[in-house]
Amino acid sequence: MSIGTPWGRPELYTDYKQDMALLNTRAKTAGVAAILVVAALLPLLVADDLLVILGGGLVLAIGALGLNLVTGYAGQVSLGHAFFVGVGAYTAAVMAGDPDGRYLGLGIDFMPLWLLGAGLVAALFGALVAPLATRLRGLYLAIVTLGLVFIGQYFFFEWNELSGGPQVGREAAKPALFGIEFTVDNGFKGGWTEEQKLFWLFLVILVIAAVAARNIARSRIGRAFAAIRDRDVAAGVMGVNLTHYKVIAFTLSSFYAGIAGALMYSASGHFTPESFSLLMSIQFIAIVLIGGVATVSGTIMGALLIAMLPRIAGELPAFVPFLSSSASEHPNVFEFEQVMYGVLIVAFLLFEPRGLFGIWHRIRTYWKSFPFSY
Amino acid sequence: MTQFLGAVAGGVGLGSIYALLALGFVIIYKSMRVISFAQPAFMLAGAVLVSYLSPSIGFVPAVVVGAIAIAGVALVVERVAIRPMVGKAVFVIAIITIGIDIVVRVVAGAFIGRDPRQVGDPWGIDAWEVGGVYIAHRHIAAFLVTTVLVLALFAFFRWTPIGLAMRASALDQEAAMAQGVSVGAVFAVSWALAGGLAAVAGVFAASGRTMDQNLWHIALAALPVIILGGLDSLGGAVLGGLLIGVAQQVVASYHRQWFPGLDTNIGSITPYLVMLVVLLVRPYGLFGTKEVERV
Repeated sequence: MSIGTPWGRPELYTDYKQDMALLNTRAKTAGVAAILVVAALLPLLVADDLLVILGGGLVLAIGALGLNLVTGYAGQVSLGHAFFVGVGAYTAAVMAGDPDGRYLGLGIDFMPLWLLGAGLVAALFGALVAPLATRLRGLYLAIVTLGLVFIGQYFFFEWNELSGGPQVGREAAKPALFGIEFTVDNGFKGGWTEEQKLFWLFLVILVIAAVAARNIARSRIGRAFAAIRDRDVAAGVMGVNLTHYKVIAFTLSSFYAGIAGALMYSASGHFTPESFSLLMSIQFIAIVLIGGVATVSGTIMGALLIAMLPRIAGELPAFVPFLSSSASEHPNVFEFEQVMYGVLIVAFLLFEPRGLFGIWHRIRTYWKSFPFSY
Repeated sequence: MTQFLGAVAGGVGLGSIYALLALGFVIIYKSMRVISFAQPAFMLAGAVLVSYLSPSIGFVPAVVVGAIAIAGVALVVERVAIRPMVGKAVFVIAIITIGIDIVVRVVAGAFIGRDPRQVGDPWGIDAWEVGGVYIAHRHIAAFLVTTVLVLALFAFFRWTPIGLAMRASALDQEAAMAQGVSVGAVFAVSWALAGGLAAVAGVFAASGRTMDQNLWHIALAALPVIILGGLDSLGGAVLGGLLIGVAQQVVASYHRQWFPGLDTNIGSITPYLVMLVVLLVRPYGLFGTKEVERV
């Protein structure tokens, strides 16, 4: 990937390609490289309990990237993301599951296969739902996708061979590749711990997913999404095939959701159908809005913040005496965590509509134009 | 036949609750073109508040006070969080209402506590038996109260100045403003009405059972109702509410015969299934206005 601009004139763009390049400035190149190095070294520096949370954040980011494609870039509000995450989680669990076990299982150990399978099956469901989306707009679509969560959860509850049933659940797919078992703890033998290995795995997959999302966004498809989001009638008049691109948006988004679902429970190893509720959809919406609509870096920041929220809430009773850490007393940290979702969503939309990315953008502009204010 | 009639009676009771909630959604939609996802929270908050008030001041005064108090909460929410966003994309406002819903719902839920808590309604689970059909008092009460409230609402929109202003601004906001209608007041009144209606609905939803955190799921089932009736049709909301309520209870009642293979009762997702079918046939509901796109 060439940087393209001559030394001394970093902001001279001579063609569209340079302007739209992934790393269009040197500062960005250096910054991304630094972040990647820090992220790759993080498992060696940070305690395992924090790594679990951060790893969870990386997986959330993969799913949220998908929601951002359909809601942020293409402007189609979907409250049904949890359903697609669930489809991915169950597909992976079934493909990797033990064929002789209590629940459905095909016994496919090869991780890339069940990972792709989870994404593809979820994408298939997305493509099936998409025709509804092409008939509906705006809030009608939001309500229909909300209904999808309830209908989907009903089937997860009901299909016991698949899900293990309500409150029982089943084992999640265990990632293993080239003889490395990511969920086996070798820390005591001087090897890598489970948390470290999983973090690296999630990081690699997230980087692939993020680069792919960024590339989709700056391609012909991404431009069509933006046109539909900004004014679908105008886009249609200009020759953007609305149905075609809405189906693509939902399919891509569900693919990401499926991948995220397949990985989401690797660390805990077990999941129940209760997980895929409206709350999860709202969590993803919160990530997209808090991180920044139609940004990739913002989505990742938002996902990490949301993943850290339970931990932040858990630390609070030490500082805020009236907050209890026991679930049977009120107000407790679990309620605080929930309230924080709501407060953060409202506060960001009111005061910082561009999300964390907007804050970062302002800081960057400040330093770039220092000492001038513009 | 008795099974069917019993299911219909229960469905009318449930449908009345849906109708009240759906009216709130539609009133807000007509004034602001936004769906307020905060209705479930107002409903839960109303039920919780009434459960605290009714032991000391009696059930009926508690419902009145509770409805007015929740209307006040809705007013504050509208002024603080919604009004600054007027003119922004409807999706953004809808998401803000989701945020408000979470906050209000968790705060109200925290007051439920661990002890079984009831709204203190006088009818409990009593029922009349008419020719082998059991008709619960609470369903009759819900239906009667809803009827009265709906008639009062229609009279309000028809004959009061603010009702006229609301109809005018629903029809054409700018023209209404040019005629001196305070659109801000219209927003405020519509939110207050929706909040009050949700609180009353919450009381009926919680009567005959102990309160729990999942009460708000009932309010979400009112979303298919407004889709069925049409987002901007008050009559559609009432009729849709009754239709969905009856359909849900009938399916729930016949679940064993119709779907012997399914363990969980499919009644809970019937509203959403009905909604999907309706949308495939009529994307703007039974009575909704078809959106006309000007280029």
